[in-house]
Amino acid sequence: MNFVALRMLTGDSGKYLGLVFAIAFSTFLLENQTSIFAGILKRTGARIADVTDAEVWVMDADTQYFEESKALKDTDLTRVRGVPGVEWAVRLFKGMPVARTDAGRFAQTSVLGLDDVTLVGVPRKMLLGSWERLREPDSIVVDKAGYELLYPGESLQLGRALQLNDHLVRIVGISDASATFISFPLIHTRYSVAVNFQGLERSQMGFVLARPQAGITPKELAWRIAAHTGLRARTSDEFVWDCIRYTLMHTGIPVNFGITIAIAILVGAVVAGQTFYLFTIENLKQFAALKAIGVTDARLVGMILLQAGMAGVIGFALGTGLAAGFFDTIAHIFVAARGMILPWQNVALSAVCIFFVVIASSLLSIRRVLVLEPAAVFRA
Amino acid sequence: MKPKPASIPAVLCRDLWKSFGEETARIEVLRGVDFRARFGELSFIVGPSGCGKTTLLSVIAGLLNAERGSVELFGENVAGLSGRERIKFRRRHLGFVFQQCNLLPALTAAENAAVPLLAAGWKRRAAIARGTELLVQLGLEARVRAFPTKLSGGEQQRVALARALVHQPRLVICDEPTAALDHAAGEAVMELLAAAALRPDSAVIVVTHDTRVFRFADTIAHLDDGRIARPKTPSP
Ligand SMILES: Nc1ncnc2c1ncn2[C@@H]1O[C@H](COP(=O)(O)OP(=O)(O)OP(=O)(O)O)[C@@H](O)[C@H]1O
Ligand SMILES: [Mg+2]
Repeated sequence: MNFVALRMLTGDSGKYLGLVFAIAFSTFLLENQTSIFAGILKRTGARIADVTDAEVWVMDADTQYFEESKALKDTDLTRVRGVPGVEWAVRLFKGMPVARTDAGRFAQTSVLGLDDVTLVGVPRKMLLGSWERLREPDSIVVDKAGYELLYPGESLQLGRALQLNDHLVRIVGISDASATFISFPLIHTRYSVAVNFQGLERSQMGFVLARPQAGITPKELAWRIAAHTGLRARTSDEFVWDCIRYTLMHTGIPVNFGITIAIAILVGAVVAGQTFYLFTIENLKQFAALKAIGVTDARLVGMILLQAGMAGVIGFALGTGLAAGFFDTIAHIFVAARGMILPWQNVALSAVCIFFVVIASSLLSIRRVLVLEPAAVFRA
Repeated sequence: MKPKPASIPAVLCRDLWKSFGEETARIEVLRGVDFRARFGELSFIVGPSGCGKTTLLSVIAGLLNAERGSVELFGENVAGLSGRERIKFRRRHLGFVFQQCNLLPALTAAENAAVPLLAAGWKRRAAIARGTELLVQLGLEARVRAFPTKLSGGEQQRVALARALVHQPRLVICDEPTAALDHAAGEAVMELLAAAALRPDSAVIVVTHDTRVFRFADTIAHLDDGRIARPKTPSP
């Protein structure tokens, strides 16, 4: 009887396509929204994850996430260096000066000033030039997305001059930094250069980066630093999660995505459920005939589940294909969308949601067929 | 135990009562119906519209339960069967022809004819082959791959007939099989029914309004006012 069920399903191609598209649409929305959501969350910690040299981040006790850091005092660095188990500890400047190009373009930037001696936190993924050249006077490395924002439509090119809060610097390298939540151009330079662009901002030693001696875990070191100095110390992973948690709790992002995701599930369930229900209602005479002929209820339920499952699988595959195509396309078209992918976890999550949508939408139909009087087959 | 056709009627209904609705809206449709159909015969049930013919067929087929009375098919009391056994009994022993053919529009003629075999668990290929055989027997060899919407009313009813007969049931139940057909097509269907369905160990019950086909009947029962008036053989 399975082929009978499938033929009943595909027999009315209009309804069948409607059903498949409802599920595909729902799948697409789900995968799309959850993936963008995950991508944005990942971006909130991208700056931290990009720094692979250090394993512990030390910050003011009031600092909760990367973007909004309260300045540390110079003595704090000394105190961190004094904590037993610290292999080394260096400062990290964080500022947001305004950049101005020769062509007169303005843009707010995000500047990281690295320890002059060690250059800890330097971008390791370079597209052009080299980070070693940061040792040259008034030199900076800018990320590719930032470069394209400052010099739209122009090819990557070293040696260009740029004013940061009226302080002249030169581009000696172009990096491939991960995308962040706010897409300001990301500029790396030495600490001693960075303090020059300070303008009206206060001293900005945002963080101290540290690394544990051999045999001590980053977690252990973070705990020690916090205990000794009263500052907040987090391992890189912890700090990334702090930022993600902050975004989740203190921004409208989760609510907005949550609403879209709920709508996707609801629309999918309602449209797919309704289409499938109508499909069953229209076939009620056929089901009654099958009942009269002697097809058992269990078999009929199996047939309906097979129909719903088939529509579900095809719709899901179609929707996933659309979502994958979407991410593939936008990643190539927009620099700002770089790093946005369709993680398999989101596909799996959507599969579970769609599974429930399919089950929910077939339940009504199943009920209708089960209570159906086979004697109805004699009625016109 | 195989009952002897001569000694046991194919269908034996005694004192059947059936009503629909509650209290003031209640209508007594069957009010003590006695009815029998013999093996090897075409038994007609006739009567005015709304007199309960379809209800009686449904009770005989086990699709509806009577409130009182008994139905014996081939000597077996079907009321004594469990729901599951009753479905199995129906699947094995009964064939149906409805007024609206109720063919599955997504299936070809041969596939439609094969449905009872598929329901009984036959392999798809074998079932369709058997369905095709029967369609050929009913003169539809050119139409085995056609879908119902592409068939004329008479052809559809012949496919329905094939579906009713494909599993060689012992009782074929037809509700107004010719009502939707013109005279010639109705005649053709009745001729095929008489020729293909009737075996010494099987019986056919036909409910009809259609006086043009009365001559095919071996017996005619008149249902009126909730009872069978008098069974009689048709005058030649
Ligand atoms: N499920 C039901 N619920 C309520 N009333 C019903 C039901 N089935 C039949 N009836 C009523 O029972 C009476 C007999 O119906 P039935 O269909 O058996 O008549 P019939 O002799 O087959 O009529 P027709 O020749 O028009 O097909 C009618 O008055 C009908 O309205
Ligand atoms: Mg009727």
